[in-house]
Amino acid sequence: MNSIDMMLQEAANDPAGTAPSAREEIRTWFRAAPVAAFPENGGACIRYKNLQVAVFNFSRRKEWYACQNLCPHKKQMALSRGLIGSAGDEPKVACPFHKRTFSLRSGGCLNAAEESISVFPVKVHDGYVYIGFRD
Amino acid sequence: MKRIIVVGNGMVGYKFCERLCDRAAGVQVIVYGEEPRPAYDRVHLSRFFGGAGAPDLQMAPASWYEEHGIRLHTGELVTEIDRAGKTIRTHSGLTERYDYLVLATGSSAFVPAIEGVERGGVFVYRTIEDLIQIRDYAAKVSRGAVMGGGLLGLEAAKALVDLGLETHVIEFAPRLMPRQIDDAGSRILAERLSQMGIGIHTGKNTRRIAGNGTLEALEFADGSRLGIEMLVISAGIRPRDELAKESGLEVHPRGGIVVNENLKTSDENIFAIGEAVSHNNMVYGLVAPGYEMADIVAAQIAGTASKTFQGFDMSTKLKMLGVDVGSFGDAFGDTPGSQPIVFENRRNGIYKRINISADGKHLLGGILIGDASQYGLLHQMAVGKMKLPSAPESLIVGGGETVGIGEVPDDAQICSCENITKGEVVNQIREKGARTIDEIKKNTKACTGCGGCAPMVTDILKVSLEGLGIRVKKTLCEHFDYTRQELYDIIRVKGVKDYETLLDTHGKGDGCEVCKPAVASLLASIWNEVILSQATIQDTNDRFLANIQRGGTYSVVPRVAGGEITPEKLIALGRIAREYNLYTKITGGQRIDLFGARVDQLPEIWEALIAEGFESGHAYGKALRTIKSCVGSTWCRYGVQDSVSFAIFIEERYKGLRAPHKIKGAVSGCIRECAEAQSKDFGLIATEKGWNIYVCGNGGSRPQHAKLLVADVDTETCVRLIDRFLMFYIRTADPLTRTATWLNKMEGGVEYLYDVIVNDSLGIGGQLEAEMKERIANYECEWKKVVETPALRGQFRHFANDDGQDDTLSFVEMRGQKCPADWDKK
Repeated sequence: MNSIDMMLQEAANDPAGTAPSAREEIRTWFRAAPVAAFPENGGACIRYKNLQVAVFNFSRRKEWYACQNLCPHKKQMALSRGLIGSAGDEPKVACPFHKRTFSLRSGGCLNAAEESISVFPVKVHDGYVYIGFRD
Repeated sequence: MKRIIVVGNGMVGYKFCERLCDRAAGVQVIVYGEEPRPAYDRVHLSRFFGGAGAPDLQMAPASWYEEHGIRLHTGELVTEIDRAGKTIRTHSGLTERYDYLVLATGSSAFVPAIEGVERGGVFVYRTIEDLIQIRDYAAKVSRGAVMGGGLLGLEAAKALVDLGLETHVIEFAPRLMPRQIDDAGSRILAERLSQMGIGIHTGKNTRRIAGNGTLEALEFADGSRLGIEMLVISAGIRPRDELAKESGLEVHPRGGIVVNENLKTSDENIFAIGEAVSHNNMVYGLVAPGYEMADIVAAQIAGTASKTFQGFDMSTKLKMLGVDVGSFGDAFGDTPGSQPIVFENRRNGIYKRINISADGKHLLGGILIGDASQYGLLHQMAVGKMKLPSAPESLIVGGGETVGIGEVPDDAQICSCENITKGEVVNQIREKGARTIDEIKKNTKACTGCGGCAPMVTDILKVSLEGLGIRVKKTLCEHFDYTRQELYDIIRVKGVKDYETLLDTHGKGDGCEVCKPAVASLLASIWNEVILSQATIQDTNDRFLANIQRGGTYSVVPRVAGGEITPEKLIALGRIAREYNLYTKITGGQRIDLFGARVDQLPEIWEALIAEGFESGHAYGKALRTIKSCVGSTWCRYGVQDSVSFAIFIEERYKGLRAPHKIKGAVSGCIRECAEAQSKDFGLIATEKGWNIYVCGNGGSRPQHAKLLVADVDTETCVRLIDRFLMFYIRTADPLTRTATWLNKMEGGVEYLYDVIVNDSLGIGGQLEAEMKERIANYECEWKKVVETPALRGQFRHFANDDGQDDTLSFVEMRGQKCPADWDKK
């Protein structure tokens, strides 16, 4: 993927420019799976090394988000199975266990005093979904 | 057709074949293994003594290779590679040409050069043949020792224990498992093993293996001596790189075939994988990195390569002689500035250590002895560099959320999870300006634990707001400016069949966890189509047609209408539960719940259940659950009607019917009411003349007796009235409202309900019956549909990019069955 493609894709994916700002720190763009592996307006879990990552296809918004699969509340590997949606303009996911909801932009918990979750940048190229990691 | 020759048929060589078959068609695979049998599980060799036979340890039977078009030569040692001519030659003289050669030659046991090592009674621990020799020899002696207190050494020690020998472990290093655990951890482990009667001797340098004809003793450098009759050496591994070396491939000075990140050797057409390999000066003596290598090479040969080998996390969790041992990330705190937090309980033999980064933000690694149930979580936190809680010690000590600040309530407690009183909630609304449930949740944590108080908090909010003169319209959420009842009419009148269309035409934003399941329930109630065609709007349990349980596994409940089941079906349930190692429990609804299934197992389990004549019990849905029954007049000397037959009829009629909340029913055969029908959403009690219909009862957190709707009706009338009652409830109740609450809020109460259902005061009786008829006609077993539809089955996997299972699942044993590891500890 050439750099212009990447910039275009990022711009399309992140119109507000609010994705993790330390973009230059991303050292690995992990080719996770084909777009078709992720349900529309829903999520799926992928494995990167030993890390479980929840990836969400917001097809209504034509946006993608990714975060840790572990819900910090009861430490369950479940966020990828959660319902996604929006609070105002904020994209969010609700844990299927107790409906803690988390912003997929900031990782902050929206409805409880809970730890934040890690979020990861996503881009799509040639029908594949890539997740950015700092290692 | 490309010819691929695999040299070595161990675990990694086998895995390579499996991965290549998954990925590539049109290749010919030929495997040469020097051992007499196909690949077996070397990691669990000691099971051989625990009663497992050689076939149990097999990775796959010989027929598997045949079925996949793989030619397997066992007992055939490859002795030469002609790299120029691209052929190999075996000890018996077979030659064969290759396009690609994959060396999976593994390793051999490292035998230190100690005087007397050649004596009879000295063994290595590597192959099934070794085990057979050890077993035969052990039958004649009573005291044995293992040289090597590492991972493999302790595994070998287990074998000796299983063979009934007095067992000793000799380790050169000052501690056990020196590569995985620290001194304190080793002390605890050693204590536990000593309690089992195993002699632990660390810091012992063996000078001589003494004996006269037979083995008599080990003599150590410190002058001490240990009398034993047999010795198993398990002091490490040596990569089997001799074939590569003789063929001129680059080999590491300390052993191991040198490979690059694509697992290629110094020859373009030769790959090497597993323990035989030296990558970046590392030899990996565990099976997981070997599997990763196998996968990478298979992908390259299949032309689908997407990743390279970047070294491997050597974190590991296992049971050593029944003691949990976990070691992950930077286990020893070698990272500069790292700070350890240590928990030690010598009484219970538990040691836990976590290493925190200098800035206190991340978990670097740790060691768990005696209780590794948190391994999955902690390992994830370290790998993912997740933020630590402010008190990281809570990760290994005690656990769980602290109960609120403990203010003395001045009114009734409404949230027992968070200990919140009604006064606090009211205060939030009146003084703090909270206007929505979400604000109250966020500010007070009410409703965020079990969620059982949510309806009460909703009521408090409504009443308080009304008290403040604020008009409340019970719209669904921020995305739909309609009530559930309004949406019911919109969907039905406009023929809306899917969520996205409804959101486009009548909503805004992207939806949320409130409106998606509510609309999903409406669509299911109105059209009764298979819900998984819109999987991502279904709530937790409906998305995977099973009940999510602690730890993230699911439970499975087949329908057992009326609680009547044949012995054959009971046996089938037991057999399937045993096959999948499921926890079984009888439910309150007279059926059997099977717990602990992984998401990827659900379709298989259901395929097995359906083959035995079971169908979905909808235990996961806001739908009809069960119709409980007593045995009635067929057996009971008091019974006046056949309650079982009627319960089965009713359950079959309404099975799969989706509603604003779950619905339960019961049929009792006489006035003694053994089926507890008056605690159900609808209950039928037999009389001499027919049936009494009770409605809107409830168990749960606020039990409520059902109200008598009508007495002494005949069977046909009874069914017609229940049709109307259920349909009226489905059309008019708010989301997640049980029939009891629905009736409590209904203006006019049960008299009004009687008017609508029995007197047909609204003139909708016929319509309600017709709608019910449609639903019943549209019923199909969701699980049957999933099992038969590959696209739906494909949704049941944990990873989208990997066929693996969730390796963070963790179980403990309780009363002979498996249970999830503790919620707060996992």
